Parts: sequence; C-alpha cells; structure tokens
Amino acid sequence: MRALAASAAFVAAAFGLAACMEVEQTVGPPKAGKYQGKPDTPAWANEPLAHETARWTKGDRASWEAQIKARQLAQHEDRRIYQ
Amino acid sequence: MARMKFLCDAERCIECNGCVTACKNENEVPWGVNRRRVVTINDGVVGAEKSISVACMHCSDAPCMAVCPVDCFYKTEDGVVLHDKDLCIGCGYCFYACPFGAPQFPSAGAFGLRGKMDKCTFCAGGPEPDRSEAEFRKYGRNRLAEGKLPACAEMCATKALLGGDGDVIADIYRERVTRRGRGPEAWGWGTAYGLPGRGGASPAQPAGGRS
Repeated sequence: MRALAASAAFVAAAFGLAACMEVEQTVGPPKAGKYQGKPDTPAWANEPLAHETARWTKGDRASWEAQIKARQLAQHEDRRIYQ
Repeated sequence: MARMKFLCDAERCIECNGCVTACKNENEVPWGVNRRRVVTINDGVVGAEKSISVACMHCSDAPCMAVCPVDCFYKTEDGVVLHDKDLCIGCGYCFYACPFGAPQFPSAGAFGLRGKMDKCTFCAGGPEPDRSEAEFRKYGRNRLAEGKLPACAEMCATKALLGGDGDVIADIYRERVTRRGRGPEAWGWGTAYGLPGRGGASPAQPAGGRS
C-alpha cells in the first residue's frame, strides 16, 4: 500500500513538474545573456607607442599593469611632490 | 589587478568642468553628447556646495548589460564596460537601467533620429582594432592601449577625479582623507582663505536645500 502511494506521488510529481520546464523559444542556440558583438583585444596586446614614455612588453599583462600602476600613482600628489 | 574604477572626491572638485572638456576633446565626442558631466548640489550655498564628476562607473554588475536586448555590452578583463556600436539598436533601454544616466544618444540623420548609444569607455576604445581610425571614430581614443589612464582623470587639476585600478585609487583616497582631516580642515579652504584665527574666514555651516 505504501509502495503504491509512493509510486503514485512520484508519477504525480513527474507530470506536475513537467509543466515547469522552460520551453525553447529561439531558433538557434540560446544567447543566455552572452555578448553577441565583435571580439576585442586587451590593451596589453599592443606594442607601446614609439614616441611615448609608457613601456611594457607586448602581450605581457603583468608588465602593462606595472606601468599603469606607476602612472596611477602620479595622481597621488603627496608621493609625486615629496618623492 | 582588480577593476578599473573612477573615484571623485567631492571635497576637491571645484566644478571647473576640465574633465568634461578633456573627454570631449580627447574622444571628439559628437555635439550634444557629454560622456562626463559635473553635478553640483547646494549650488550657491556658501560652504555647502559640493560637486562631483559623473560618467559611466563601469559597474561590476552592470544593469545596462543585463537589460540590453541585443547583448551588445561586454566587460574587458580589467573591468571596463564597453559595447559594440555595430550591434546596438539605439533602443535606449540601457539609459533607463543606468543609475548614473551614463548612456547618451547622439542625433543621427537629417531628422534628428536617435543614434546608437555612446558612453564613457574609460578611454579603452571598443571592439575595433586597437588605436585604429575605425575605433577612434566610433568609440574615441584608446588610451589604455597607449599605456595611459583616462584623459578626464589625468587632466583633473585638483586631482579630485581619480581613475585606475580600484585598489590603487582607493589607497590614494584613503591616505588623502587621513592626512587632511575633515570639515574646514579639508584641502582647499585654508589654502584659499587662510586658517581661522589667523585672519581667515570660517566656512559657513550648510544651510540645506538642493539646487
């Protein structure tokens, strides 16, 4: 009797929850909020400009970040003036 | 590196609009569009007037990205929110979603049709070849790819507007605040008017009200 009730509950749940599934409404694969535009390249993928003082190794994120960090500290007037 | 952020120090901003001008000039922003603007509260109330420079804040969980029906927004590895103008349909939904009013829509065509969305790029260009003519025309200059910071922050005369890695600029701001104290001790008042008790005027108390 208990097994019959359990199986009946399982069948009812299966039918009931089947309505909760999300129906596919797009023709192609779903976008799911993913960027659909052109790819972009990161800033460190470029060579430094020849006539500028900024220096980093092309493709090396760490060296680009190091020089950007040094440039950021120029906004700290206490360090810039008293260094 | 953490994320690229702007931070504006309201104690220092003198509403000179140098950041607005620097942005317009650097990116050749079209007529009628301001990617950055200076907002002033208590305008004209002596001692209570505060200004802050506002543009796209490059949110960590950007609402414009969430609502865009064509998914033209993306976030770079250093946390800058950018968009693809070729994909943008100019619907203006991002404008409603943005709490800062950052998205701007230039007039396009003979009848003032609403154009594609334009906003602050943190001087990081967009999805065109870096430092190319096409990138400059659509998105403005890519200063990050030149190893520089946004023009608005670098041009700020009082260094009220800080731009760069959130951790670094937060450290700069924190050190500044602990050094300068608060209220009338804040940067600028003593320099401009002399210290109270030495012939200088004390700043008036805020009278409330907004402009």
